Amino acid sequence: MAEVLVLVDHLEGEIKKSSYELLTAARTLGEPSAVVVGSAGTAAKLADGLREHGAEKIYVAETDSDEFLSPEVSVLASLIESASPAAVLIGVSADGKEIAGRLAVRTGSAWLNDVVALSGDGVTHSVFGGAYVAEAKANTEHPVITLRPGSVEIEPSPGAGAEQAVEVTSGGRSAAVTSREPIVGGDRPELTEASVVVSGGRGVGSADDFGVVEGLADTLGAAVGASRAAVDSGYYPHQFQVGQTGKTVSPQLYIALGISGAIQHRAGMQTSKTIIAVNKDAEAPIFEIADFGVVGDLFTVTPQLTDEIAKRKS
Amino acid sequence: MNIVVLVKQVPDTYSERKLNPSDGVLDRDATDAVLDEINERAVEAALVLKEAGDGPGDESAVTVLTMGPDRATDAIRKALSMGADKAVHLSDEALGGSDAVQTARALAKAIGTVEGVDLVIAGNEASDGRAGAVPAMVADVLGLPALTHAREITVEGSQVTVKRETDEGITMLSAALPAVVSVGEKINEPRYPSFKGIMAAKKKPVATLSLADAGIDASDVGLANALTSVTSASPKPPKSAGEKVTDEGDGGSKIAAFLVSQKLI
Ligand SMILES: Cc1cc2nc3c(=O)[nH]c(=O)nc-3n(C[C@H](O)[C@H](O)[C@H](O)COP(=O)(O)OP(=O)(O)OC[C@H]3O[C@@H](n4cnc5c(N)ncnc54)[C@H](O)[C@@H]3O)c2cc1C
Ligand SMILES: Nc1ncnc2c1ncn2[C@@H]1O[C@H](COP(=O)(O)O)[C@@H](O)[C@H]1O
Repeated sequence: MAEVLVLVDHLEGEIKKSSYELLTAARTLGEPSAVVVGSAGTAAKLADGLREHGAEKIYVAETDSDEFLSPEVSVLASLIESASPAAVLIGVSADGKEIAGRLAVRTGSAWLNDVVALSGDGVTHSVFGGAYVAEAKANTEHPVITLRPGSVEIEPSPGAGAEQAVEVTSGGRSAAVTSREPIVGGDRPELTEASVVVSGGRGVGSADDFGVVEGLADTLGAAVGASRAAVDSGYYPHQFQVGQTGKTVSPQLYIALGISGAIQHRAGMQTSKTIIAVNKDAEAPIFEIADFGVVGDLFTVTPQLTDEIAKRKS
Repeated sequence: MNIVVLVKQVPDTYSERKLNPSDGVLDRDATDAVLDEINERAVEAALVLKEAGDGPGDESAVTVLTMGPDRATDAIRKALSMGADKAVHLSDEALGGSDAVQTARALAKAIGTVEGVDLVIAGNEASDGRAGAVPAMVADVLGLPALTHAREITVEGSQVTVKRETDEGITMLSAALPAVVSVGEKINEPRYPSFKGIMAAKKKPVATLSLADAGIDASDVGLANALTSVTSASPKPPKSAGEKVTDEGDGGSKIAAFLVSQKLI
């Protein structure tokens, strides 16, 4: 069976959940080979987890290069040459898409981007925030496929995980990384991975009052999101923006508080299984897609809801 | 410093966007078209750098470059009316339906027609395709460094430094010019074109390139030669409205009851 290369996403040796989703998805196409690019000692931290999730091989490309994303691209390009894989799987993220695009253009491979499902016949995309479903296929060998996080249920499965060192060559001119400050996640679940998301909009009115949104989120074990108007007004940080220019979320439950439901916001959340909306304005478009809507003031409705849920839990 | 700004005309996101059921390609006639908001920011960033006069050379020029159908001239005019000096429009029917790989290769060729380019500035992600990678891909083809998702750009002499901001955090990047930079939403607030700017834009030079002018082989571009093909596209039935109640002091409890009935809590 052909190899399927999986680029392992990690933060200094700490695995990202999406990497295990990729290993699960890879098994539908062939034998997963994990590709670890990082500083010396990274693979040792990741190897056990990768084996438990089905990696038959682990390519180890350890380097102290400060070149920005170029080591990932050149390692994958050389593995495409040497292993002629059935496909290369990479997670959708700012870095993942950039690596995938560069790899595709460098190796003349098809790039299937933002895929939500894949099989031997092709891939599925969810377009315009879920307004369309499209099926697509690659017309080249070794396509590069970027998979949206949260699309695949992780299934552990033991793999041999034989390690093999890969040389990192320096390819062409590259930007140099002079410093990094990763965002360290708080206690709440990751927005794109959460099964419940509670979002606030301009109607929340201030950064302080976002406490009401967070309060409900925490009783539900939910992630917090925000509309662009709330982000632009400085109520909540940008990385929590949901919508066309923010994150796409598709949780079991999405609760929109003080959000009008502009088309660009809906593009990021309308595939949620169940949608609840609270808005003062009975005509707000968010009600057109809400499974349950309350016309009312979020500052009275939300605390009551938070209390009721807390009561049920205790 | 010679700056090329990559701009793209996109369907206005305030109108409904459609996929053509026959080939799965964006139906560009179904909606109004505008200069992508992120590209206004890219133009603004170029104008700010030009006005500051940093970077190599005594004189600076900002060239906007787009690959798109005839009507993309509207997007070009918008960028010129903001203050860009001239434009290149790569327009050829054969380009229709090109995918990201083909687009990046074609843009790289078109950039090659502009002499002495020091810096290419693009948006980080187009609002229609959302590939979020074309600038880095163009850089890869040209063998240039890519400094992407910039929140701040500084040019000193022949060195460019970018503060890159994504969901993952902040990374400081630097490279020697020439280089490709893509800008994020928070880079700046684009200026409005003035009346004078709008009038002046009508007289600014726009070079229209065919495939042959740019040295692009027709077999490398277009839907028929794309590396990926959409095999089917269908609209999902829109979600319909459920129950809506007016709060009479029990709105929160009613939501809780609904969540219980749906086994969500
Ligand atoms: C290119 C482009 C990209 C965009 N991308 C995004 C994106 O990614 N995400 C996004 O969200 N938007 C995006 N937008 C912006 C979008 O068009 C809307 O402006 C934005 O979503 C509005 O946010 P909002 O609903 O919080 O604010 P508003 O539209 O101002 O709505 C606030 C709502 O709160 C209600 N309200 C006020 N007070 C209360 C109260 N006390 N209790 C209950 N309800 C109350 C009001 O009735 C109103 O409906 C984009 C726009 C453009 C042009
Ligand atoms: N057809 C095009 N013509 C000019 N620039 C483009 C084109 N496609 C993409 N770009 C540039 O690349 C950026 C990112 O686009 P994308 O990678 O497609 O999300 C855009 O904001 C533009 O600056």
